[in-house]
Amino acid sequence: MKNVKGLKDRLVASRYFSFGITAFLFIVLYVIGMMNYRGFLKPQVFCNLFIDNAALIIATVGITFVLLIGGIDISIGSVVALTCMTSAQLLANTNLGAGVVTVIVLAIGLLFGLVQGWLITEFDMQPFIVTLAGQFFARGLTAIISRETIDITDPTYTAVASARVYIMPKAFISVGVIIAIVTLVVATLVLKYTRFGRNIYALGGSESSAQLMGLPTKSTKIATYMVCGFCSALAGVVYSLIMLSGYPLHAVGMEMDAIASSVIGGTLMSGGVAFVPGTLLGVLIQGIIQTFITFEGTLSAWWTRIIIALLLCVFIVMQAIIVRNRHRITSSDK
Amino acid sequence: MAEHALLTMRGICKYFPGVRALENVDFTLRAGEIHALMGENGAGKSTLIKVLTGVHAKDGGRIELEGRQIAPSSPLEAQKNNISTVYQEVNLCPNLTVAENIFIGREPKKAGRIDWKAINKRASELLRRLNLANIDVTKTLDSYSVAVQQMIAIARAVDIQAKVLILDEPTSSLDENETQRLFEVMRDLKKQGLGIIFVSHFLDQIYEVCDRVTVLRNGELVGEYEIDELPRVELISKMIGKELGDIQNMGKNASAVSDEVLIEAEGLTAFGRIKDFDLTIHKGEVVGFAGLLGSGRTETAELLFGVAKPEKGSIKMHGKEIKLSSPLDAMKHKIAFCPEDRKVQGIIGDLSVRENIIIGLQAKNGMWSHLSMKEQQRIADEYIKMLQIKVSSPEQLIKNLSGGNQQKAIIARWLVTQPDLLILDEPTRGIDIGTKTEIQKMVINLAREKQMSIIFISSEIDEMTRTCTRLAVLRDRKKVAELTGDEINSDRVMAAIAGGV
Repeated sequence: MKNVKGLKDRLVASRYFSFGITAFLFIVLYVIGMMNYRGFLKPQVFCNLFIDNAALIIATVGITFVLLIGGIDISIGSVVALTCMTSAQLLANTNLGAGVVTVIVLAIGLLFGLVQGWLITEFDMQPFIVTLAGQFFARGLTAIISRETIDITDPTYTAVASARVYIMPKAFISVGVIIAIVTLVVATLVLKYTRFGRNIYALGGSESSAQLMGLPTKSTKIATYMVCGFCSALAGVVYSLIMLSGYPLHAVGMEMDAIASSVIGGTLMSGGVAFVPGTLLGVLIQGIIQTFITFEGTLSAWWTRIIIALLLCVFIVMQAIIVRNRHRITSSDK
Repeated sequence: MAEHALLTMRGICKYFPGVRALENVDFTLRAGEIHALMGENGAGKSTLIKVLTGVHAKDGGRIELEGRQIAPSSPLEAQKNNISTVYQEVNLCPNLTVAENIFIGREPKKAGRIDWKAINKRASELLRRLNLANIDVTKTLDSYSVAVQQMIAIARAVDIQAKVLILDEPTSSLDENETQRLFEVMRDLKKQGLGIIFVSHFLDQIYEVCDRVTVLRNGELVGEYEIDELPRVELISKMIGKELGDIQNMGKNASAVSDEVLIEAEGLTAFGRIKDFDLTIHKGEVVGFAGLLGSGRTETAELLFGVAKPEKGSIKMHGKEIKLSSPLDAMKHKIAFCPEDRKVQGIIGDLSVRENIIIGLQAKNGMWSHLSMKEQQRIADEYIKMLQIKVSSPEQLIKNLSGGNQQKAIIARWLVTQPDLLILDEPTRGIDIGTKTEIQKMVINLAREKQMSIIFISSEIDEMTRTCTRLAVLRDRKKVAELTGDEINSDRVMAAIAGGV
């Protein structure tokens, strides 16, 4: 390929272009923060970005899998609420230990993903509708278990929730953050180094091609929704560590934050393109904007939404331009 | 070596509801040969291939690969039996790298994880062997042109230890150079002992690269021939099913063509459609586009209807140059186009015959100009009578009409717009003989009495010789001959389609 193409074209065509932009944006925001607010200089503020958003990071990993195959899952927030509520209920009213309860709620998440994935795959249904049903179902079930808040008072649970893991003399992270980072790393490796991961990419690139290439499209699809269901439940566990309660209106709309983070992190809604570390940055950018607004003190928290909305617009326009550019570069290759 | 039968298909039958797609078809592929599979539309080529690749289950017959009976029930199973297919549309994933596209589903692993180094190394080696050295296998597939993607698809197919490689119209999106590169690869593979099944509509390509040809017609086997021993004209007559000199001319169209030029095309060129196409159409003339499927008949007609824009050349109408950038433009210039597949592109099944006829007028006049119900009924009645459309009432749903009457209604739809030029693409396909004759008569009448100019496209040569006053013969997307008057007879037309004789 002896293209006499500008550096710009090659950059834009690079697979890590979106990631680069997101990383650049994150650094710029952080530097602006450091220049304006002394607080940003403290390492703990950086750690807090992770602590506050640990559940969202895990949910974003889950939705990224589904977005990769060109699907969607809008049941995440409800499954998080169901998980919190189930945990709280079981811990309060049974003799089951924290570990057993966690295993049970994770299994529920897997099962939830399995049923949704099976419906979508077997009957060739729209994932939006199936997971909308899932959303209603999980939220409804949560309220049926209890319409009031159930506090979690289990000693093991509260101990884990308040544990501080120091990574620097003056900066600590929570157990939730460790879970989130492990999830992130595992997801990145699975997507890059396993057949399951590569089949997900192939499925997102072109389902009919994947089928003709002899890949197991059906089982891959179901497994992908199971991954998302599992991540939702895991996000629920981490969320319950922060909230220490079950409540029917926990995590309303979390799936939308997760989708936004994933897209800002470089995921294409049409499927086939995503880079998990990028989606982490997507979450952190949302977190940083929130931190800004907290430090400013006088601004309404809703400004976060407005800024995120603008960012989303910028990013989807950028993605459209990337796709078009690729097309142009390809067609001029003749 | 060529005598060793690699793959034999015997007595293959395949039925679809109401259609006999394959009846008792035999096919033999030898190791180290390139075998063309020929036939017109509906001959059963693609069904045969789909039976072989496990997309369709066969209803009868047996398939043996190297003496072992096989019955693939999915593309994956066919692959496991060393039968690989490269389709016309590239069936790879654009978002994955070149190397991954070759290896996905069977990635080499090291310590339980995918060994990317090995994948990239083996992919480059493989492509180098296919003379595609300057491809960066770590780039995503969509950074390369369709031609290169096609080669990569072949590389994948070959690397799955294929013994039988099926190439289903791989050249339709390639230009001359790219096609030659593909042929080199094919010849290489042939030397390595692969059996290659090659499907293409391009006669020149068949004669250039193939050793044998199997011809199918109407789901039946016509025969298997050595390509060197089969003159082109004979191949065509076998595909079309007419022996040379077999057809007498029946009542010719001798309409008086006026001298007034309606439309003049000069040097029309559009990539993948037609090259340097010149044509003059007079008022009241029926011009036929003859040629095999894929020769550029429809594609050229579409240029005249603004479906695609020509890259070069001009179209003049009434002596003035016009630009057709959309079908609506063409309609404004009083050009009408009746597409080939009336089910998909023509009728709106759930509307009545009247509505289907009026819709053409409505589209031309714009959404807001209202036609009273009375006026609509009057127009519908007039054309139903004129074209003798058999309906119980103009309000009958068009989907309940027979194919021939649907076709007439579509033609009526265009006639109400009173076009100067009417393009009919395969107007008689799939309708009974009686209606066929009526449509042919109608075409002649429209030209003779209304001085309408008509472009008539058909695969049936005798139909063309009967209705057309002039014939443009197309082959491999070029106009190769233009016949008028007494020159229009089946022998001449077939010879021109075959070319090189």
